[in-house]
Amino acid sequence: MTGRSSSPVAHVELRGFGWRHAGRRAWALRGVDLRVERGERVLLLGPSGAGKSTLLAALAGLLAADSGEQEGTLTVGGADPRERRHRTGALFQDPQTQLIMARSGDDVAFGLENLGVPREAIWPRVAEVLRLVGFPYGPDRRTDALSGGEQQRLALAGVLAPDPDLLLLDEPTANLDPAGGVLVREAVRAALEAAGATLVLVEHRVAESLPLVDRVVVLEPGGGVMADGPPEAVFAAHGGSLAEAGVWVPGVPIATRRSTVPAGDALLTAEAVGFRHPGAARPALAGVDVSVRAGRALAVTGPNGSGKSTLALILGGLLGPTTGAVHATAALGASLVGRPPHRWRATDLTTRIGSVFQDPEHQFVTSRVRDELALGPQRTGRSPAEVSATVSRLLDSLRLDRLAEANPYTLSGGEQRRLSVATALATAPRVLVLDEPTFGQDRRTWLELVDMLARLRDEGRAVVAVTHDPDVVEALADDRLDLAAAP
Amino acid sequence: MRFAEPIADPAAPLARRNPTAKVAAALVVTVALVVSLDPVAPAVALAVELAVLPLFGLRYRALAARFWPLLVAAGGAALTYLVFGQRTGEVLVSAGPWVLTTGMLVSGASLVLRVFALALPGIAVFASTDPTDLADSLVQNAKMPARFALGALAALRLLPLLGNDWEMLRMARRARGVDAGGNPLARLRMFASMTFAMLVHAIRRGTQLATAMDARGFDSGLPRSYAREQPFRAADAALVAGAVALSIVAVAASVATGVFNPVFR
Repeated sequence: MTGRSSSPVAHVELRGFGWRHAGRRAWALRGVDLRVERGERVLLLGPSGAGKSTLLAALAGLLAADSGEQEGTLTVGGADPRERRHRTGALFQDPQTQLIMARSGDDVAFGLENLGVPREAIWPRVAEVLRLVGFPYGPDRRTDALSGGEQQRLALAGVLAPDPDLLLLDEPTANLDPAGGVLVREAVRAALEAAGATLVLVEHRVAESLPLVDRVVVLEPGGGVMADGPPEAVFAAHGGSLAEAGVWVPGVPIATRRSTVPAGDALLTAEAVGFRHPGAARPALAGVDVSVRAGRALAVTGPNGSGKSTLALILGGLLGPTTGAVHATAALGASLVGRPPHRWRATDLTTRIGSVFQDPEHQFVTSRVRDELALGPQRTGRSPAEVSATVSRLLDSLRLDRLAEANPYTLSGGEQRRLSVATALATAPRVLVLDEPTFGQDRRTWLELVDMLARLRDEGRAVVAVTHDPDVVEALADDRLDLAAAP
Repeated sequence: MRFAEPIADPAAPLARRNPTAKVAAALVVTVALVVSLDPVAPAVALAVELAVLPLFGLRYRALAARFWPLLVAAGGAALTYLVFGQRTGEVLVSAGPWVLTTGMLVSGASLVLRVFALALPGIAVFASTDPTDLADSLVQNAKMPARFALGALAALRLLPLLGNDWEMLRMARRARGVDAGGNPLARLRMFASMTFAMLVHAIRRGTQLATAMDARGFDSGLPRSYAREQPFRAADAALVAGAVALSIVAVAASVATGVFNPVFR
């Protein structure tokens, strides 16, 4: 620990702190002892379910006393964090729900208005923080016309405007492409240099965040603090066990899984496919040629807005291209060769091309994990014996057996991701199209997913993964399609 | 918030008026028009409304392009009156089972006039007012609670995302082998299940937005300040006074012509 400040009162102090959300049996967080001095910059790590986000919400004063049960004590600046929300700034993951107002300048002004800052002091401060985060537009720029990275920088400006002494960032770059992530981290660095605030950062991808922090704290699910200290020391002492537990430890190599079988037949070919939303000035996707082959993993990369997700929907037979065409080959379905996949019946589609959406919750149709897995086979006319065999096999191979009776909406992010992949596999499609499959996953789930996709490919399926995770491309891709940014 | 974007020229003399004054003026005219069922009051009001539209920075053609469904709806309603209306007054045309009387003509015409005279003030206000300015003004001038006005404003920003959710839900179901095809019962079931899923998403997103607002100190008990002042000037008071005058003239005209037909008597 650096101990740069010797003031008697720590900036943040937790003693035996625990929190259980109302209506839950398990504690989200328990037995946490932690002291953070003023000006320290802490990276908070831990596998999925360790309670990182809950701890951040508690520090931000956002856990209402009646929304759960507390154990131990938590103080910020010697006070209840709920009493000093105005001195704390918190930034969360999804830019779309971070921005409140329609105009950029108004959004930054919002926090200042809430503090009752006089009007003549508001606008100079707005201009100052917009400059600090490197916001490239004026205050009248509409917030819905910004890219994800720009939106997140704007949201950061809004958080910084009241000059907080404690800055809490919950995976602020998780939803961004690599370029957007760099911009946001640069803005955070500039803000820390300017303000000298205390930082508590939660971020899955550790390597990129290390330059921002001087201390690493690792939470253990249900068990308080597992490791604490300067990054090098923590990773030297616990790197192996942390990686084992699902933490992304920098420098721990990931094995590559190149195809072990020769490339098979082309299953789907796209010729000059493009898509333009009705009334839009520019196409969302412009003229792409690609061939999807059995036994190969194709990674589709490119910045936000390059049409990656649109291409995934088109290859998945869910969206008809407005230009060009997608053809299925006889190897995929002899009876369907002349028809573009988006005109197939749903039952023909799901047994040939499976799609896994970025947001797993968009795909859940039933209220039990077991029913969710049975749905596809039932719809496509499998016998009850076959359905139940498929369901047990998938529950088992994707470690979902313990959750068979649970409601899909109540699962954790990693469990939801495994379930959404499993539902696509239930109808045994030859082509699997996935949109950001590893998004926001801890190291353990990530490895499981990549292993599973490699296995599916080696069984002779075609895997198409839209991703901006360079590690997925590195570990899995046999072919790569890089889409350019929209013109 | 694209769909609610003002289409008017913001520099027009009445477009620049205080948003609360504009809402108040529209309300005054609306209330005056619902007290009577005759065609004269709405005719007078509509004539004046059409005349002042350019002062709100609105062009007739742009307005018609956006609100043509209203034209169609009003035409349809008038037609219903001409076919099924009460056969009062003198008979003008009689063709087999269908009879057209003066009473039917009057009630059809007054319905169309009323629809437009009631709708135009609201359209003029919302087409010439930025939603942010409206919320700011309602809080500052009409003393509406900030929690309500700004909360509704922030929620409005999330509305367009619902359309995207719906598309995603539909496509995700198709990918799972679920589509309704031609079966109306299956369609209804799918609609219900997608509506439920969309509500789950909307509530989750709303909760996240509320958390972000809380985290930025919204409604924390401190007195709020305002980055943009919404002054209420003499011209704004004059706009409201003009609306009161128009209402009086319209109702007086219907009384004077002897067709005044109050809703409550």
